[in-house]
Amino acid sequence: MEFRIPFGDWVETGKDWIEDNLDWLLEFLGNLWTGLYDAVNWIFATPPAIAIIIALALAALLARGWKFAVGAVVGLVFIIGVDQWENSMDSLSLVLVAAFLALLAGIPLGIWAARNQTVSNIVKPIMDFLQTMPAFVYLIPAIAFFGVGVAPGIFATVLFAIAPGVRLTELGIRSVDQEVVEAGQAFGASPRRILRQIQLPLAMPSIMAGVNQVIMLSLSMVVIAGMVGAGGLGGQVTRAVSALDIAIGAEAGISVVILAILLDRFTASFGQGMGLYATWAKKRRAKKSDVEQARVDAEHLEVGHPIRSAGAPS
Amino acid sequence: MNDIVLKAEGLYKVFGRGADDAVKKLRKGASRDELGGATAAVIDASFEVKKGEIFVVMGLSGSGKSTLIRMLNGLHPQTAGTVEVGGDSITGVSPTKLRDIRRKRVSMVFQHFALLPHRTVIDNVAYGLEIQGVSKAERLQRAAKVTDIVGLGGWEEKYPSELSGGMQQRVGLARALAADTDVLLMDEAFSALDPLIRREMQDQLLELQQELGKTIIFITHDLNEAMYIGDRIAVMRDGRIVQIGSPEDILTNPANDYVEQFVQDVDRSRVLTADSVMRKPRVTVHEGSGPHAALAAMRENEISALYVTKRDRTIVGWVRDRDVMDLVRKGEKSLAPAIQTDHGAVSQDTPLVDLFIPSLEAALALAVTDERDRLVGVIPRVTLLATLGGEPEAATSAEPVIEPLPTEVVDKVLDAAATKGDL
Repeated sequence: MEFRIPFGDWVETGKDWIEDNLDWLLEFLGNLWTGLYDAVNWIFATPPAIAIIIALALAALLARGWKFAVGAVVGLVFIIGVDQWENSMDSLSLVLVAAFLALLAGIPLGIWAARNQTVSNIVKPIMDFLQTMPAFVYLIPAIAFFGVGVAPGIFATVLFAIAPGVRLTELGIRSVDQEVVEAGQAFGASPRRILRQIQLPLAMPSIMAGVNQVIMLSLSMVVIAGMVGAGGLGGQVTRAVSALDIAIGAEAGISVVILAILLDRFTASFGQGMGLYATWAKKRRAKKSDVEQARVDAEHLEVGHPIRSAGAPS
Repeated sequence: MNDIVLKAEGLYKVFGRGADDAVKKLRKGASRDELGGATAAVIDASFEVKKGEIFVVMGLSGSGKSTLIRMLNGLHPQTAGTVEVGGDSITGVSPTKLRDIRRKRVSMVFQHFALLPHRTVIDNVAYGLEIQGVSKAERLQRAAKVTDIVGLGGWEEKYPSELSGGMQQRVGLARALAADTDVLLMDEAFSALDPLIRREMQDQLLELQQELGKTIIFITHDLNEAMYIGDRIAVMRDGRIVQIGSPEDILTNPANDYVEQFVQDVDRSRVLTADSVMRKPRVTVHEGSGPHAALAAMRENEISALYVTKRDRTIVGWVRDRDVMDLVRKGEKSLAPAIQTDHGAVSQDTPLVDLFIPSLEAALALAVTDERDRLVGVIPRVTLLATLGGEPEAATSAEPVIEPLPTEVVDKVLDAAATKGDL
């Protein structure tokens, strides 16, 4: 007898079972995701391109400063120039919806894994699996479950992109200084409060790196999802490949790169203290702290406390 | 007893597999190395801490002191034994109850400060109160007061990263003080600070403790620190408490070789005080007794000076044999004209280090007085030296310095030699 593990058959049986028994759930999810996509897409596709460009440029100015704003305008105008604007907005909407869904599931899962070793032990191999599986393989169940269109694209993208969101959240929370967490416990804070007031704020840089990674992976998968009819730039690329049309392929490809750079720089700037917004926030905080300090000092004078100075920091 | 604030009894902490079995083995007398996979961090620790006391747990790294302190507020659940804080047991209680005890009864200061880096000084100080559910206005007001007490007035709105290490630890201390708990746990609180700042913080802690009367349990690996701030010290080694006693107890009666070796390096002159080295005054004289009696006493004891006291032993001054002899010759009835009042007595709680100069300046063995100026003892210079050498007993067996021959005798001999023409 020949040695053969019927692993493929098992998976197929599983897939069939899901199709037969969870049809209602698949339909619900498909509709939900398509609805979400339509809503986001409406925001980006309805207004004239110039309005979107101005809005994005302003956002870039606030987030990182004027150089990035100029770069964003140049890139977006280029996309219009190669006639990929609508496709780009479709892809952008798809990325935002998929990344949002991946984070919605990934961050809580990461928090749970950070607090519970058993969960961590289970989640870890699953994330290894999701991250290393060839991306195209996700398209097969996606089509089987959701048919052709936006929903399978989102399904495949979420599976492909979720891993760094989970991992970096877990890592961030686990690497918060244990003594600070102990301080919370020692003063009698509940675990929920420690999470909210200590672990999450201190893990934020790591979590934001996860957000950035999830968005970048979503973008790369969204292009592949063009093969299952998700449209957008992915659809253009797929068509260019099958027709060996290098001109369209290059134009759509460059548009993907421009979107990628814009998304990466936007998300990387969160919490970095760059751009106009950060400058305003800093000024406002400094002013507020001055006012507070003045108030505290005044109170001291009122009760006649001499203000003892501890000297300058060494 | 009401004045016992914290009581630990038979505490064990064993990490690893088979912890309960390991405790049983340890109770039967097994040593720490015979436990197989389990690691015993704390073995059979029992002690009581009184209200208003600074109780220091001293040991080298790996002796289990940090584990021990974390069992006192339940950060590490104990493997066996009980802990009571203010009458409430913290062992085997629900997490909610445990949190409640931590809020109201025990606060903690950490080695590396453990401040919340995203909050300002005042918000850090108010953290404990915030968890206790104190309203914002009230907690900020109370926090501002404590911030001022620890000397950080004017820094309320700064972030921890803008402060030096010493100031950060002041914030840590203020946070624990603001929570207003019965017991303050301090885990190597000053170990991360540089020596000058550490000294300053130790002094401030002692000051605060006098002012506020807090009960403090302080962990350190620095024996000098333990001796300086501790009312009582528990010395730990390999998970066991090997001795509990006052700093002087530990220094003068070490329980075993380990403790003895340990205390070798201690700066005795800062720990020991005058009353621990003083001797009984050999002889004194009352101011009412006459010059005759005084001179007779000096001749009998072969000494050249005496302290003079009142009936209740309050020190008055001292007299020299020559002055007393003059009085005797003049036929005076009172000792008073010969009494010199610059006796230079020191109080009995003066540390040794402050005795050297007075001892040099005093004409006879340094007088030690209690809080009512009564003469309670004297410290001959030789005793001072022997104590510093680590063997106070040597002073009693030391040969007295050989008295020089009287001058006239020497002169006579020299003159006689000169006339013989030998020179």
